[in-house]
Amino acid sequence: MGDHITLQVARYRPEKESDIRFEDFELPCPKEWVVLDGLNHIKDRMDGTLSFRWSCRMGICGSCGMLVNGEPKLTCATFLSDYAPGPVRVEPLRNFPVIRDLIVDIGDFMGKLTRIKPWIVRASEKPLSEGEYRQTPEELEDFKQFSMCINCMLCYSACPIYGLDPHFIGPAAIAVAQRYNLDSRDEGAAERMQILSQHDGIWGCTFVGECTKVCPKHVDPAGAIQRYKLQSALEWVKAFVLPRAAQ
Amino acid sequence: MTEHSAYTPYHPRWHRTRVSTYWWLGRGSYFLFILRELSSLAVAWFVIDLLVLVSAIAKGDAAYQQFLDWSGHPFVLALNIVSFAFVTLHAVTWFNLAPQAMVVKVAGKRVPGALIAGSNYAALAVVSLVILALLLTRW
Repeated sequence: MGDHITLQVARYRPEKESDIRFEDFELPCPKEWVVLDGLNHIKDRMDGTLSFRWSCRMGICGSCGMLVNGEPKLTCATFLSDYAPGPVRVEPLRNFPVIRDLIVDIGDFMGKLTRIKPWIVRASEKPLSEGEYRQTPEELEDFKQFSMCINCMLCYSACPIYGLDPHFIGPAAIAVAQRYNLDSRDEGAAERMQILSQHDGIWGCTFVGECTKVCPKHVDPAGAIQRYKLQSALEWVKAFVLPRAAQ
Repeated sequence: MTEHSAYTPYHPRWHRTRVSTYWWLGRGSYFLFILRELSSLAVAWFVIDLLVLVSAIAKGDAAYQQFLDWSGHPFVLALNIVSFAFVTLHAVTWFNLAPQAMVVKVAGKRVPGALIAGSNYAALAVVSLVILALLLTRW
């Protein structure tokens, strides 16, 4: 083998197959090649019908998430040489319906993401003449980690709870909700809590913790969810002890 | 939105993989998670065991002696040893996860996770030492 590696790529062509099957491709394996380079090599030189999503090649767009040897990975940041001598198995993200080959349907996630209002919610906007909403570096630090999410959905793929219960709102949506809750300019925390304290929200999570392990941006969605639970429980206790103050 | 779409040549049908009942056997971390979840049964068992002990003490010497004899039964002893292992797993895993759930700030700076987990272990050690001291001074 040496400078070559076999890629076992999942194929699903709904017009002629009812199940996923694997196709082997023998590829060159220069040390600077990532799995995505291998897939592009196949598409350019070997089989133009291979379908997969990708865009930026630099871990920003969040499009090229796939399973590499069963692990959810950004294929643009996963070096083929790390898997030498191979073979390397490339599959579509787990827990999502597959549309074709390595492409999954992300509609469910997109719907969930908008449900948590991922924007700055204000009761009233201040007039432009008063200038921008200013923030200290400490205030930025509070939410910066959660703002690194690139919506790559690796966390959904790693989450067994989402696999078992597709209604679960999921790790990234909750982490992104937390990103806005912790933003000093935002006033939408109560609205988001209404959505996330429901059955399919934060309480669906049983803290498996895999979402945090696979996150390529170190967002720590599991931490965001547990912090949310703590906050929700404290609010419940507060409303119980001081019913008037909570209203 | 994707639920009701029918298959046409231009609108593909989706391939859905069912999650296996044995999904938790596939990965070490999933298996450890299931063990951690199961460990709550061991915690519940120790609560029951403690309540039975307290009730036996309240009933007097004979009942207490009966409880001790019952606890010495090989089956109960084995159950308690397994439960103890599970409760230890429960404590260790939760202490290690605590820093992810708790954000403590001192003078505007976030307290490092190791310190939060460490203080949990320290509290456990202090409580254990106090109990040990109580036991040793009794005898």
